[in-house]
Amino acid sequence: MNVHADVARRRIEELLGTSDEQILRRWSALAKAPVDELKELYQALRTALAEEGSDLADIRGLLAELSRDRVRRGHTPSDTARAVFGLKEAVYEVVEADGGPEALRGFIWFSRLIDDLGLYTIETYATAREKVILDQAEQLLELSTPVVKLWDGIVAVPLVGTLDSARTQVVMEKLLQTLVDTGSEHAVIDITGVPAVDTQVAQHLLKTVVAARLMGAECVISGISPQIAYTIVTLGIEFGDIVTKATLADALAYTLRRSGIEFGEGRRTQIAIRAEDA
Amino acid sequence: MERVPILKLGDILIISIQIDLDDQSVLGLQEDLAERVVATGARGVVIDITAVEIIDSFIGRMLATIAAMCRLLDADTVVVGMRPAVAITLVELGLSLGGVRTALDLEKGVAALGHLHGRDTTR
Repeated sequence: MNVHADVARRRIEELLGTSDEQILRRWSALAKAPVDELKELYQALRTALAEEGSDLADIRGLLAELSRDRVRRGHTPSDTARAVFGLKEAVYEVVEADGGPEALRGFIWFSRLIDDLGLYTIETYATAREKVILDQAEQLLELSTPVVKLWDGIVAVPLVGTLDSARTQVVMEKLLQTLVDTGSEHAVIDITGVPAVDTQVAQHLLKTVVAARLMGAECVISGISPQIAYTIVTLGIEFGDIVTKATLADALAYTLRRSGIEFGEGRRTQIAIRAEDA
Repeated sequence: MERVPILKLGDILIISIQIDLDDQSVLGLQEDLAERVVATGARGVVIDITAVEIIDSFIGRMLATIAAMCRLLDADTVVVGMRPAVAITLVELGLSLGGVRTALDLEKGVAALGHLHGRDTTR
């Protein structure tokens, strides 16, 4: 830093010190924020400036807190940034009253500093938002892929919502791990709640079935909607010898029979058969 | 070269792979197995790969080759205990091991063989 800039900077620091009452009051009016809220920030700024080579970590922390606080109270991030920028105007009035060339030169430097701090509040806001979105996506991924036990040796994955590659990957790994953990020889993948599939998702489903087969388990796919059936055929995807059933109930009945569990037909069915015979 | 032990249980041969297989020991295993199947007149072969964490296309093909070979010698092959990660790898490699029977664990594998031969070997 050359001598001129250093002198200018020191002049601004002096002005901030001597006219602090006036600046704070003006800033508070411009930013439409209570003096108490800004006072801490102002003090932190002065301390940071007084320290040679300070990295402004303290004031950044305070700003982040202020930004979060104001968002919670319904202010937009632009409001917060504008409130910070208000300090420039407040200080400029003092600089104008002083009128010295050092003060004016110093104001440019000060203005740049405040710009940085104002932008930092926006950055904090964006980062906080992004984190929330990421967390939610992760939670959604975990929530939406439960593996449930239907019977001894039969597990099912009811898939709900749009499938993408990342989700099918998670489903695949979770299902295969569950097969090992529970020693189940049958799995049902129910896609009743899936509105649409594309080639990639269908490919992933097929891979899951083949992988399960490699491990010694059998997979049944159930609940294929008419649209999906149409898409699959139109896309020319071969399901080969993979068993598909209309509903989860059909798939359960099929897997039960496959694992050698006997169960009586319901009474209503018997009546229906008799009626047919008669 | 490390040799994979081949155990005989009734008319079943059991191979449990506990070591990192290199190409040489895979070839050795294939030769040993063919000899043992003929010598013992085994009707079934169970290959346990529970301990195998990494698999490549060569070993994947080895499993298919062993199965084909044993079928020629009138023995059924069951691969048991494949880990999910290994299964996913094989699928990604495009190896679906068609024609190789699989089971979740050794017990189920032996039971499957007994079922094939029309009797319950687990009892």
